[in-house]
Amino acid sequence: MDASKLVHMANQIGGFFAADPDASIAADGVADHIRRFWDPRMRRDLFKWLDERNGEGLQPLVLQALEKHREKLQPAG
Amino acid sequence: MAGVVGLREVRYGYDGDNHLKAEKDLSNPYFSFDGSKCIVCSRCVRACEEVQGTFALTVDGRGFASMIMPGPTGNFLQSECVSCGACVQACPTATLMEKSITDAGQPDHAVITTCAYCGVGCSFRAEMKGTEVVRMVPNKDGHANHGHSCIKGRFAWGYATHADRITKPMIRAKITDAWREVSWEEALAHTAAEFKRIQANYGRGAVGGITSSRCTNEETYLIQKLVRAGFGNNNVDTCARVCHSPTGYGLKQTLGESAGTQDFDSVLEADVVMVIGANPTDGHPVFASHLKRRLRQGAKLIVVDPRGIDLVRLPHVQADYHLQLRPGTNVAVINALAHTIVSEGLAAEAFIKARCDLAAFEKWKAFILLPENSPEALAEATGVPAQALRGAARLYATGGNAAIYYGLGVTEHSQGSTMVMGIANLAMLTGNIGRRGVGVNPLRGQNNVQGSCDMGSFPHELPGYRHISDVATRTLFESAWNAKLESEPGLRIPNMLDAALDGSFLGLYVQGEDIAQSDPDTQHVTAALSAMECLVVQDLFLNETAKFAHVFLPGSSFLEKDGTFTNAERRISRVRKVMPPLCGMEDWQVTVGLSNALGYPMHYAHPSEIMDEIARLTPTFTGVSYAKLDKLGSIQWPCNDTAPEGTPIMHVEQFVRGKGRFMVTKYQPTEERSTRQYPLLLTTGRILSQYNVGAQTRRTANSMWHDEDKLEIHPHDAEQRGINDGDWVGIRSRAGETVLRAVLSERIQPGVVYTTFHHPFSGANVITTDNSDWATNCPEYKVTAVQVSRVTQPSEWQRQFSQFDHQQQDLLAHRERASSKA
Repeated sequence: MDASKLVHMANQIGGFFAADPDASIAADGVADHIRRFWDPRMRRDLFKWLDERNGEGLQPLVLQALEKHREKLQPAG
Repeated sequence: MAGVVGLREVRYGYDGDNHLKAEKDLSNPYFSFDGSKCIVCSRCVRACEEVQGTFALTVDGRGFASMIMPGPTGNFLQSECVSCGACVQACPTATLMEKSITDAGQPDHAVITTCAYCGVGCSFRAEMKGTEVVRMVPNKDGHANHGHSCIKGRFAWGYATHADRITKPMIRAKITDAWREVSWEEALAHTAAEFKRIQANYGRGAVGGITSSRCTNEETYLIQKLVRAGFGNNNVDTCARVCHSPTGYGLKQTLGESAGTQDFDSVLEADVVMVIGANPTDGHPVFASHLKRRLRQGAKLIVVDPRGIDLVRLPHVQADYHLQLRPGTNVAVINALAHTIVSEGLAAEAFIKARCDLAAFEKWKAFILLPENSPEALAEATGVPAQALRGAARLYATGGNAAIYYGLGVTEHSQGSTMVMGIANLAMLTGNIGRRGVGVNPLRGQNNVQGSCDMGSFPHELPGYRHISDVATRTLFESAWNAKLESEPGLRIPNMLDAALDGSFLGLYVQGEDIAQSDPDTQHVTAALSAMECLVVQDLFLNETAKFAHVFLPGSSFLEKDGTFTNAERRISRVRKVMPPLCGMEDWQVTVGLSNALGYPMHYAHPSEIMDEIARLTPTFTGVSYAKLDKLGSIQWPCNDTAPEGTPIMHVEQFVRGKGRFMVTKYQPTEERSTRQYPLLLTTGRILSQYNVGAQTRRTANSMWHDEDKLEIHPHDAEQRGINDGDWVGIRSRAGETVLRAVLSERIQPGVVYTTFHHPFSGANVITTDNSDWATNCPEYKVTAVQVSRVTQPSEWQRQFSQFDHQQQDLLAHRERASSKA
């Protein structure tokens, strides 16, 4: 799917959780939100962007969340 | 009849002064006023004042010359009358009379049912002559409306038998082909074969469905069941995506349940009412009448809205504060209100201590006290003077029972979910939750938005708001449905459209929705629809989406089926069939037929059996049954062993999630901001006489009040651009351009323009962008940066639309008729 949209959406999610003073909780929040609300193909394409384009355009918090929770965010099956 | 039995034979003849020659006022399309029958009892005047709160009627003259007058204009249509019908009901003679009764005669029986328009969910008596509706009268025992109604529910039901209704299934290979009428069997077998083919070629996740907030609970439940169990994926969504999905998310996070906290009657015990981003007199008129009654009794009113909506100033109603914020700054305003309450020591400390998660509260408190959240710091961004904002905060916190009512002006923003959480924070902060007269009250747009969400229409949630990844819940449904369920969330509507353009989503079953008109960035939507290999639309009419469809399944109106709707106060009410479905099938039967054709058999003889299944599987619905609904009239969920007759007020002893959770709601300006290229902000809304995409109301006489969408622009902005009232103006955004007629209006502030979206040719959504709420993808309809200029002709999009519309109407008109083949 359109990677620029996925990056934008992920950054928006990052924007909300970044308000938490604890960076670790913020990263968990971002990952949990993406895990709970994003269809597997959206997550797959986001990771593809992360790996192939080095996560270009993604905010640091989102990058951190994706790295930290890579396994959890892999679609089941 | 009066003549037949001799009532007209009067003892003294007709020679003296009388009113028998009084001219009838037939101006209103729905009712007549025959002054010769009037006894000047004033009941109509009182109904207009006390029940409706419009004060349109008066008694003119004195003594023998006394006459009921609709204001100074002299006729009903031109007057301030809003055609709610309250005066017609109150009239003890035949002075005020529904024209439908004059035309069709008196009813011979009546059936209690529920209105299919807005989220108020009024109860009506459908008065019938055989299988023909002759009058809809609001039900005095109706728990949401107590015998009151608005123009839509009371009068605008003629669409149900409109000539545009399509009553036979149709299919076509390409959208440039003429339609071909087919039997139900062929249509359903064809659809099933197409969906199977697409899944075989592109994967199980390549198809999905959209449930309707205009259909019944039972119908939406079946669609999501069909998608999850029949299609084997979770690609199911509903139009609540584009209206109240942030409500579901925000209230679940903070309070623990995705629903409003009160019943409508609660407003009669409110001392302070805060209305945010809602226009109840137009969008939820019957609730507005309750609210206005309370305001006339002296309750205080705070309006938070970029526009000067009617509620700001009405007969005997004057808002104490109108915080006229810049579009897109809701979160700044709610934070500034909370900042004021905390910093001035007005918080309900005892309530917070007893009822809320204290760690979350302390974290939030540290955030909200930051100087950046003060009214003074935010005044420039919001446009709201700090003094007014502080005054409103003090009133809300200290004025007694304070209730918040909000609408799509809250949710349809890039920070929609954040704002909903901000509202819940404010209610918890002041202890305004858990009793009558207070609470957090989302005013739902469509009749069954609440219900469609309750029924598991969202791709990540099973009925009762339980996440699809939850093993216990999923196992419960797997064993009840005898099917393996996917544990991952599916696509939401905007994701479906993106995936369609990406080539991974190519089959869609749309029941009772019109995403080609109602969803943002029309050109993106229609490009996605054009990319699909099998688009199935089930509707009453060939709507905008159906023009891109390969299969058309005729739908049934609310008058033609059994089921239930759930309104904005979680009230489940019966919808009762008063006439047979014109197409031969009720909508739920069509879904059952499609499921059977797909090889996932469903067995239901009546919608009551579907509700029984919902009750078995959903803890908040355990006690709901048709028998109980018949007995009680309506039920507010949760309805189970602990609340056998339902729950008017939620979170009374404790929050559904246990402790109320304050959420940090940092204000982040939307990216959709005014620039040199697009210096104005467009916001959108609805008006009283039309309903959403207008498919229903445009097919009634309601169009006499609003036959086109117009652009409201402030005289200052208009003057700068050389625009006069009534000029054609082009409205251009980064998404597209359309042309509307301008209306100069001081209801909006300079820098802001406003329009409605009831007519497809207006193309309001050609301009709105793909920007959306961070949590739910709910589109940001309420803020679009635009430029406006005088033009002389329709936009390029409108020209293409007209051409395409003409082509599609032609393909419909020349359809191959089933009967001609026989």
